[in-house]
Amino acid sequence: MPNHWLTFVAITAVKSAVLLGVLLTAVAYTVWLERKVIGHIQNRWGPTRVGPFGLLQPLADGVKLLLKEDISLSGAYQPLYIAAPILAVGLALTSISVIPIGESITVRGVPVQLQIADVNIALLVLLGVTSIGVYGIALAGWSSNSKYSLLGALRASAQMVSYELSLGLSLVGVLILTGSLSLREIVNRQGEWPWQWNVIGGGQLVAFFIYLAAAFAETNRIPFDLPEGETELVAGYHTEYSSMKFAMFFMAEYTNMVTVACVATTVFLGGWHGPVFGPGPVRMALPLFWFVLKVFFFLFLYIWVRATLPRFRYDQLMAFGWKVLLPLAIANVLITSFVVAVGT
Amino acid sequence: MVPLSYYLVLSAILFGLGVTGFLVKRNIITLFMSIELMLNAVNLSFVAFAAHWGALSGHVYVFFVMVVAAAEAAVGLAIIIAVFRTRQTLNVDRVNLLKL
Amino acid sequence: MLHQILFFVFAAVCVAGALNLLVQRHPINSALSLIVVMGSLAVLYLLLGAEFVAAIQVIVYAGAIMVLFIFVIMLLNAGEEEHSGGSRVAAVLGYPAVALLVGLTAWAVVRSSGSANLKLGGFVGSTEGIGYLVFRGFLLPFEVTSVLILIAIMGAVVLARKED
Repeated sequence: MPNHWLTFVAITAVKSAVLLGVLLTAVAYTVWLERKVIGHIQNRWGPTRVGPFGLLQPLADGVKLLLKEDISLSGAYQPLYIAAPILAVGLALTSISVIPIGESITVRGVPVQLQIADVNIALLVLLGVTSIGVYGIALAGWSSNSKYSLLGALRASAQMVSYELSLGLSLVGVLILTGSLSLREIVNRQGEWPWQWNVIGGGQLVAFFIYLAAAFAETNRIPFDLPEGETELVAGYHTEYSSMKFAMFFMAEYTNMVTVACVATTVFLGGWHGPVFGPGPVRMALPLFWFVLKVFFFLFLYIWVRATLPRFRYDQLMAFGWKVLLPLAIANVLITSFVVAVGT
Repeated sequence: MVPLSYYLVLSAILFGLGVTGFLVKRNIITLFMSIELMLNAVNLSFVAFAAHWGALSGHVYVFFVMVVAAAEAAVGLAIIIAVFRTRQTLNVDRVNLLKL
Repeated sequence: MLHQILFFVFAAVCVAGALNLLVQRHPINSALSLIVVMGSLAVLYLLLGAEFVAAIQVIVYAGAIMVLFIFVIMLLNAGEEEHSGGSRVAAVLGYPAVALLVGLTAWAVVRSSGSANLKLGGFVGSTEGIGYLVFRGFLLPFEVTSVLILIAIMGAVVLARKED
């Protein structure tokens, strides 16, 4: 009974569980990857003791964070103090549900799309989740009732709201080329080879770099991580959080990184498209391999930039967002629409 | 199969609550939020009618209402900050003299 | 049936949020209740087939305008509301008057709309259609609102500046 609503619910539940498991493991091992890569860039080893190549380090970190004392503040506004990390991590995990990972596969005669929710407005859903993500940080900082937290939260919300504009506008160029907000449509419009992807074939190279810069700012990563900079504001908006609540903020940050990498892959780099060759099973697994490879490339880029660049000062950060990225993004939209209008 | 009138009654209730908030509350920011609640209630009516008549222009009106609400929120909050700087209070009852 | 369950659940959340906005004394609680109202309104828009409007309700209203409100509440360190002098007569006459007004509106609406039913998925507003309407039929209001936003930005910058 493939069309029964119970089938739909069961398939969605299984997809969600699988994706959640994969995502949380990916987050844990992104932390490991970060420590190893930064270590090697700084000419040292990174974690090597726990397991071979330090591969069990995330497990050890998890156990440590679980067992740490959960300090509860008496002066904090308790409902928001507890709700803010839950909101942050919940939203970060929700946004992955509209990202398509591959074509439809058929399991026992039932077509299953490799995407939890194929909505018409997938790109707007992602932007909406990014917009609401500001609350996790703002409310965390305010409810902690501490000056470093409040300053970090104010700076972080101002930064995130400013760079959201450039983020959205950089995606509009691709929208003009595709004519649809659905992520599956955007991927289907791109071809197999790199010159057919939106980055080069669609002429969206500038938009790609604008998206990267805006995404670094949205996920509060270096060079835009002043809101949680260690030497500036103690730990910014998560100063007063310990143990599991801090772990939730940590997870939310890395999950946002993975989501941003997936969106950049889907919109600019052609999603799961790549040269397909080989016999049957290899042919089926290749799209997934290309998708994971491209996401991995983005995560590596994130970590590489973290190890290399210094931090922006706050006024430099805001000036860059409003005076450089936003006009560039608007110019990109104008030029793309002009080229498309003249072309048709 | 939800009747159109259910949506319109919900819109009326939200609007009424917005009016009550506007008249009863004393904090400027909460007053402002009641205005936003009233605007949202009207948006709901627009969208309900657009679905009823199959007219997309209802959605376009909602788009414009949102734009105007955003502009108004920005300017209104700037005014609130300016008032707070001079009067040091957010209570509308205390902002009752033209000159300090 | 699912349509009715979803409508009643989210309509109840809307009204509960709006009531909470009135009842709470700290403005941050009122702001959070308003965000909840806007979120459930976005769900109601989805039920009415307005997918683009639901998305921009979340992005613009709940994600930007309310962030502004929360920012100002955090910046000004707004405390709990104090009880200023309220007239007892106004309360006794006022609340029933508002209830009467809402009741009259509701009665007029129910009487005139008769048995108009809205089907789930009967009308789906496509983003492309809205784009055509805004940039062709409603081009003048679009340009005027652009100028309006520009004026609002300039006004906000000037008003919130510190006096040097």
